[in-house]
Amino acid sequence: MSGGASTQPRRLASGGAIDRSQPLEFRFDGRTYTGYAGDTLASALVANGVRLLGRSFKYHRPRGLLCAGPEEPNALVELRDGARREPNTRATVVELFGGLEAASQNRWPSLAFDVLAVNRWLGPVFAAGFYYKTFMWPAAFWERLYEPLIRRAAGLGRIATGPDPDGYEKSYAFCDLLVIGAGPAGLAAALTAGRAGLRVLLIDEDFLPGGRLNAERQLLDGRPAREWAAAAVAELGSLPSVRLMRRTTVVGCYDHGVYGALERVHDHRPAPPPFEPRQRLWRIACRHCVLASGAYERPLLFGDNDLPGVMLAGAVRTYANRFAALAGRRAVVFADNDEGAVTAADLVAAGADVVALVDPRTAPGATGVERIAGVVRRAIGGQGLRGVEILAADGSVRRIACDLLAMSGGWSPALQLTAHHGGRPRWDDRLGTFLPGTLPAGMMVAGAANGDFTTEAALAAGVRAALAAAAALGHAAAPVALPSVSPESVGHRPLWEVAGTRGKCFVDFQHDVAVTDIELAEREGYRAAEHMKRYTTLGMATDQGKTASLNGLAVLAARTGRSIAATGTTTFRPPVVPVAIGALAGTHRGRDFRPLRLTAAHAWAVEQGAIFMETGPWLRAQYFPRPGEPTWLESVTREVNATRQAVGVCDVSTLGKIDLQGPDACEFLERLYVNGWRTLAVGRARYGLMLREDGMVMDDGTVSRLGEHRYLITTTTANAVAVFQHMQWCHQVLWPGLDVQFVSVSDQWAQYSVAGPRARELLRAVVAAEHDLSNEAFPYMAAGTLRLRDDTVARLFRISFSGEHAYEIAVPARAGERVVRMLMAAGAPLGVTPYGLEALGAMRIEKGHVAGNELSGQTTAHDLGFGKMLSTKKDYIGAVLARRAALTDPDRPRLVGLAPVGRGDRFGAGAHLVRRGVEPVAAADEGYVTSAAFSPTLGHWIGLGLLRRGPERHGERVVAFDPLRGRRTELEVRDPVFVDPAGERLRV
Amino acid sequence: MRYSIFSVLRQALAGNRGWAPAWREPEPKRHYDVVIVGGGGHGLATAYYLARVHGVRNVAVLEKNYVGSGNVGRNTTIIRSNYLLPGNIPFYEWSLKLWEGLEQELNYNAMVSQRGVLNLFHTEAQRDLFVRRGNSMRMHGVDAELLDVAGVRRIAPFLDFDNARFPIRGGLLQARGGTVRHDAVAWGYARAADRLGVDVIQQCEVTGIRVEAGAAVGLETTRGYIGAGRIGLACAGNSSRVAALAGLRLPIESHVLQAFVSEGLKPVIPGVITFGAGHFYVSQSDKGGLVFGGDIDGYNSYAQRGNLPTVEDVCEGGMALMPFLGRVRLLRSWGGIMDMSMDGSPIIDRTPVGRLYLNAGWCYGGFKATPASGWCFAHLLARDEPHAVARAYRLDRFAEGRLVDEKGQGPFPNRH
Amino acid sequence: MRIPCPHCGLRGHEEFAYLGDATLRRPDPAAPDAERAFAEYAYRRDNPAGRHRELWYHAQGCGTWLVVERDTLTHEIGRVTEAREQGGS
Repeated sequence: MSGGASTQPRRLASGGAIDRSQPLEFRFDGRTYTGYAGDTLASALVANGVRLLGRSFKYHRPRGLLCAGPEEPNALVELRDGARREPNTRATVVELFGGLEAASQNRWPSLAFDVLAVNRWLGPVFAAGFYYKTFMWPAAFWERLYEPLIRRAAGLGRIATGPDPDGYEKSYAFCDLLVIGAGPAGLAAALTAGRAGLRVLLIDEDFLPGGRLNAERQLLDGRPAREWAAAAVAELGSLPSVRLMRRTTVVGCYDHGVYGALERVHDHRPAPPPFEPRQRLWRIACRHCVLASGAYERPLLFGDNDLPGVMLAGAVRTYANRFAALAGRRAVVFADNDEGAVTAADLVAAGADVVALVDPRTAPGATGVERIAGVVRRAIGGQGLRGVEILAADGSVRRIACDLLAMSGGWSPALQLTAHHGGRPRWDDRLGTFLPGTLPAGMMVAGAANGDFTTEAALAAGVRAALAAAAALGHAAAPVALPSVSPESVGHRPLWEVAGTRGKCFVDFQHDVAVTDIELAEREGYRAAEHMKRYTTLGMATDQGKTASLNGLAVLAARTGRSIAATGTTTFRPPVVPVAIGALAGTHRGRDFRPLRLTAAHAWAVEQGAIFMETGPWLRAQYFPRPGEPTWLESVTREVNATRQAVGVCDVSTLGKIDLQGPDACEFLERLYVNGWRTLAVGRARYGLMLREDGMVMDDGTVSRLGEHRYLITTTTANAVAVFQHMQWCHQVLWPGLDVQFVSVSDQWAQYSVAGPRARELLRAVVAAEHDLSNEAFPYMAAGTLRLRDDTVARLFRISFSGEHAYEIAVPARAGERVVRMLMAAGAPLGVTPYGLEALGAMRIEKGHVAGNELSGQTTAHDLGFGKMLSTKKDYIGAVLARRAALTDPDRPRLVGLAPVGRGDRFGAGAHLVRRGVEPVAAADEGYVTSAAFSPTLGHWIGLGLLRRGPERHGERVVAFDPLRGRRTELEVRDPVFVDPAGERLRV
Repeated sequence: MRYSIFSVLRQALAGNRGWAPAWREPEPKRHYDVVIVGGGGHGLATAYYLARVHGVRNVAVLEKNYVGSGNVGRNTTIIRSNYLLPGNIPFYEWSLKLWEGLEQELNYNAMVSQRGVLNLFHTEAQRDLFVRRGNSMRMHGVDAELLDVAGVRRIAPFLDFDNARFPIRGGLLQARGGTVRHDAVAWGYARAADRLGVDVIQQCEVTGIRVEAGAAVGLETTRGYIGAGRIGLACAGNSSRVAALAGLRLPIESHVLQAFVSEGLKPVIPGVITFGAGHFYVSQSDKGGLVFGGDIDGYNSYAQRGNLPTVEDVCEGGMALMPFLGRVRLLRSWGGIMDMSMDGSPIIDRTPVGRLYLNAGWCYGGFKATPASGWCFAHLLARDEPHAVARAYRLDRFAEGRLVDEKGQGPFPNRH
Repeated sequence: MRIPCPHCGLRGHEEFAYLGDATLRRPDPAAPDAERAFAEYAYRRDNPAGRHRELWYHAQGCGTWLVVERDTLTHEIGRVTEAREQGGS
């Protein structure tokens, strides 16, 4: 095996939280490298001396690592390949695994030589908002020329090449205390709360909990901070009520203590193991939350501050201390705070040559490094840093060669979650940063996220927050003994900007927003923080401005002459870090997008060779093709004819069914439906029509009176849930005084239509002998409970949607499949045929029955020919508003039957109706075809439609205009009932 | 200063130091002929057309925050006129026509991009409805095309045709639909209105409407009293709150609508695509982000934020339609407050209070309406009569039952 | 959001269906101005920014219509009662 030292030139010989016994090979841009378990992709690349990792969005400038965490703006890679390709992946958060493949993006042809790097020379043209001012002439060129060019040049990584092969899950968690971040504050909070017995969920985005304790050379109780963190984690693991989730990021704070979190379950492997998800979305409901999310370090603003080799000081320390990877051999440190000295000392300890520590504040004490009071005003280099130009406080200018510039402009709390409910961060002049403002209910903030920038203060704040949460929940809790911390110094005087810089001075690295862009926005009047952001796109890149926002606001404040506090922040919104759409969708994809509902007799229909169709959540048989039937039309024709001539069976189990009982049941029906119920006798059924309160038709169905105070209501399949909810509303909200109870029994009863002249014969064969099914004993619209020959309890309704002598027979769902087979067997000698929704639809159109296409929510009872049903003797839902003139206007489009004048002509639903010889324009529009079908009974296409003054126009010829399908068909307007208008077949 | 490639180049050579503010920051005058409340897209467009078309230039637009801080900057940027009802089609078609010439009109590139809007259907009932809609559009002279599965595949081969819970059966395409860079619309109108003399007054919140003898005469604001000959309210999302200052109660509920954008990607989605079996629609911005949205959260809210179930619902739709989105990351979400009206359609009308006019109820369709809304509201304010294409948008249509209910959902705002 | 259902405890709002203003009362259909009153009832809303009494139906729970006091600016929830306790229209 190749040794680490030769392939990892920047790896330190010892130290760090990496496992040198586990080397891992990986590839970046086609070259093979070696890192160690415990590395990130970024740290492994640092160890291998790779500095150039990406190209910026607009100018395609060479970029290297700026950070060591999720705030990284530059080092975006395409991770993995093919259908698993993940564009725009921050190398800093990718846990290294053997076989990892990554490629740089947004460059052509190669990272080192990128043609679009010429854009940097066009910088002045490509200033903020330039595209709003040009590309307007000629107008037609936008879609044809300018935009395609812009689109091709823009964008970052490339999307995966196929459906995501990995799975995702969603989970729910509940806890007393959610602790976000396992740095010093979070660990202290979790320990305090966990020891007190609170149900604690401690969440950390890293695979190694500890936060900055893993990144600093600090001592806690005389031991390296990392060891203290490891011990704390070990203790938390032993506490029964504490759960630590690693590799998990809390991404959003929602109402009432709900937080969204993303767990990267198997992202640290080439692919998830079988049956395991790649990622898991957590919805966490907590009673209290301690936010200990730490802080982001700010870059300093000087010329060409984006060169590879210019890094944040904290990141440099992280790479050296945690990953034993040295970001440069000859370093300059530039900081406006005391951590400059810490960084210099850490670099020296790691064996680097620190040639200068530059600090605009008066030079403090010695560290063995040359200290320069002044600023770096410019970084020098081509594709990587070669040196810096320093302007000392005494006015002298020096150039120093170096390959690393570690910079620090102080820290900004990671306070996004505190602002997700609209609470604005408040400016703190002492710390020179924004701190959390009004917090979401139940949230406390501890540690660096709240401006406690020392480890000692963070630990104490974590304890305090946990104690407060415990007290609020009524738990007795004791403060944990905190370790002694080696001396810390966090003095800071924000520099914000280096004056008199040369070169581009970047604020938002990924989006290439420079100080000059903010100045331009200000000059043009885009002075509100939100205007500046949107005009320059500062903070809108994939890093969401974590390192850029405050610097941008500071520059804007300086140019407008306002304070930073008055300038304010832009709005923080979820997610805190970008989240894979697959994770947010979970298992709801492909055929599992939504639950699938199958009727009790589905297996039977499958055996019959049914073609199925989606109707809402249901899968229903559309038709049952037989050999020799070339298209659906032959099958449907056969099904209709067989039903009309003998008998057919159709599964209508999906209808809504509601069992209504109680002394006031009849009164309840009176108020629900437009028509009356007082005369409905026990053992009889009646058609009912329901309106919405606005007077429009809501639903229709039948109501059967099963007993003195018991009714069975059916609804359409589509409205089964809505009608039940509506009835609950009517009962509970409007009329709680009515003594009724009702329950949905849609799922409890399977129901089959048995229709056709031989329907009675068929039923005779399955119904127990004691029941009399004669026309006298069980006439049209009769309803009753009976027993089948195999003792199955059934309900029989003599109702008809097809217009034939028909029944619907309902049996307990578990008996459904058995009963349909029984019906088919008993019907075999009669020529029984199963029929599907197409035949059902054709027959109901032949009979002029309205269905979903007519019950569009836009139609009134008058429109559908039900005007006479509207009772004038009672109040009911919709009664008053249905009487409005506009709803009863005879000029409205109303229901008619339609038949083609040329009997061979076809027309379809959605065609509009116009008078013959009239230009078919909007003004001539008189209605439309709601439903159409081929009528096997009549031998031609027929339809239903809504036509202006339709009932007055029977016999007239109109044109069905259907330009979308390229059809124009002459139709005859007629009564909507095509078959058996007198209803004789129903009553035999 | 006129914007052009020449001014851009000239300024580039001069270090971009010569650009002037896009609009002035005037102090409010004591009286204007017309005051528009709301410096969003609709309010600014109204002011612009008042000045440009009707010559009414003594106009102020009052904005409580900054220009474009409401829904014009929080939407999914889609423009289209693929409506069903005769009350809607002419209006949205007029809007689309105005979009088509907007940039030259305003001298501001709002990146009007007509890459097509494709509505997918998944059942025969849905197809029937789309055919009805498409035919209605064609009869109004609007482009519409019915696609079968093969036609959809030609435009969007990347959709899930083979493993879907609700298989794609076809689509209704409006080729002239597309997207527009939303902020630029507000900024473009603000700049153009300003150049015609309109005072765009930011950080000026209306706190009261002064009504004398049944007519509105002026506005109390955080920057003092401002008298007005006529007052137009164009503050969708907050219409109920502002109208209540004049004692009006509207047929509107405020609801939150979330929308989302992904990280930037190289081009993958050509136009706008809407899923017909779930709440999901998507386009890709010129910058590369997938811009997508779905249903409203469904409860009254003035908090500009939504909740997680809706986010999940939308992403489920996205994955169902485009299973290769799994590893694309959602970058940002936002929540805007919508005026959800009782029939899902807007109101551009007089009010029972004299000289007080209302432009409201845009539900989640206000962005595409911006130019025509401004055009028609300006017409109403200038001439005191509704514009021909906005005749259906009367306030009294609710009581009278002359509703413009595209979806047939009735007076349940969260179902529209 | 989490809604405290009096029967089922704290539950995610996605289990509920929403129906807006709970203070509306169905007018008297026999009153002379019934049409106007019903139009007000069906279409007009106070739509307040702040405290709002509103109807939620625990569709995926106990099936109870609830009156929830909720702040439309902060989403803070106050009292939750059963709608039937209001005594009807």
